[in-house]
Amino acid sequence: MAEEDQFEPVIVGFFCNWCTAAAADLAGTSRMQYPPNVRPIRVMCSGSVDPVYVLRALLGGADGVIIGGCPPGDCHYVSGNYRARRRMAILKTILATLGLEEERVWVRWISAAEGAKFSRTMNELTQAIKKLGPNPMKRDWSI
Amino acid sequence: MSSSAILPVGDGGVLGAVRAFLGSLWQKKLIDALLVPLELPSGDNVVPAIVSDPEKLKMANPLAPVMPLNSARQVSAITIASPSAERLGVVLRPCEMRALIELVKLKQASLENLLLIGIDCPGTYSISDYGRFVQKVKSPANDFLSKFQEGKEDPLLRKACQICEYPVPANTDLVIGLLGMDLNNSILLEAGTAAGERIIGELGLEKGGVRSREAAIAKMVSQRAERRERLFEQVRKDARGLEKLMAALATCINCHNCKTACPLCYCQECFFDSPVFKFEAEKYLGWAQRRGALRMPTDTLLFHLTRLNHMVISCVGCGLCTEACPNNIPVADIFRLVGDKVQKDFEYVPGRNLDDELPLTTFREEELHNIGI
Repeated sequence: MAEEDQFEPVIVGFFCNWCTAAAADLAGTSRMQYPPNVRPIRVMCSGSVDPVYVLRALLGGADGVIIGGCPPGDCHYVSGNYRARRRMAILKTILATLGLEEERVWVRWISAAEGAKFSRTMNELTQAIKKLGPNPMKRDWSI
Repeated sequence: MSSSAILPVGDGGVLGAVRAFLGSLWQKKLIDALLVPLELPSGDNVVPAIVSDPEKLKMANPLAPVMPLNSARQVSAITIASPSAERLGVVLRPCEMRALIELVKLKQASLENLLLIGIDCPGTYSISDYGRFVQKVKSPANDFLSKFQEGKEDPLLRKACQICEYPVPANTDLVIGLLGMDLNNSILLEAGTAAGERIIGELGLEKGGVRSREAAIAKMVSQRAERRERLFEQVRKDARGLEKLMAALATCINCHNCKTACPLCYCQECFFDSPVFKFEAEKYLGWAQRRGALRMPTDTLLFHLTRLNHMVISCVGCGLCTEACPNNIPVADIFRLVGDKVQKDFEYVPGRNLDDELPLTTFREEELHNIGI
């Protein structure tokens, strides 16, 4: 138990410039806390996140990955988040079919006005990943 | 109901009847050239070739139970720069036709000016098994078909063929039908399109059909679907979970042969061969330090998972990835298992028709509510 408490997961976040990254800023300026486990990477659109970025993070040893985009209907580029949704659906199905812990990959729609949702989601994600434990890919030298 | 005609089988057997039919396309000036598998002089392999002299049809053998490569890729090579100006006939197996449909959707091939001739496929051997098979028999194609006519599925067939639910080609102008036919007497020529119907008319063939065909097809498809489910069960047992998956990929040497043999992996330069994967020495050593060791070449699992992401939605299950693997990794089994799930999620059947949009090029506003909250 004690060991599990000490486990501090590494989580990679791909956040869309127009919504989720702005929500992160809002959370910050509103002085809402979120765990330092999340390493945010700002991307121009959730639709620009190639599945290989997510795989690279996971296989490289990240314990979790979150893709944050504009809520459906609100994409700055009209349809980027819809495309991201299909890509991530396929990626998650592939991981699930092969028994590779698809629950380490989260997709969330968080608008620029939702600083509170951003902070809450990052807390929930960190808790969930802590519960899952370290990503076994982290230690495997042969993958 | 589309029209069909009966082609008589004479002394030359089924192969003779098929060659005679292909020759008649020239006589009636319906094609200028034909892409068809030809027997190599060595006798132990057939390769796709563009035939412009009907004399060469003596070597044509689209019935040889071997598929060294998927001809859809060859149609792409011929038509990608510009569609053929001359009328080119193309003889394809069902999985080749299905791959070609996917390549057309991916803008890698054009069907313009092609006469598509599909041929029923009872299945194929690996190249090496075919080589041994031809040593033993006089006429590989006719011998194979008479074995097939007896109704026994040959356990030597490639695994991908044994679980293939598409023994009959779709979307071709013409279909050369073998299933449900009495191959000692006749084979079927079926029209799949209006162009195909015109050709049956122009060849002056007597129209006719057989009732036994549909039942024979249904029987074969259901047997194979059953076998496919059993295989899926096995793959889930053998390759699910990180440890087992890595055991399945243990012999991978990163040669990327599976990618080369895949009819659908179409990128001019593969991401994995690009400079993105050229790293500085300190990077490799840093990775090794983090895990105590680093498998070289790197990114074995990343390669296979990324290829799944890119191709699995269009995978037609031809199985040539497994054939190309020098170390017998069941790449195709994994693709079929994952593809079955992913394709069903999007109600997409690769190669079914040209109008179904590729799932990754489109979207619906209301869908996938379980992804993203």
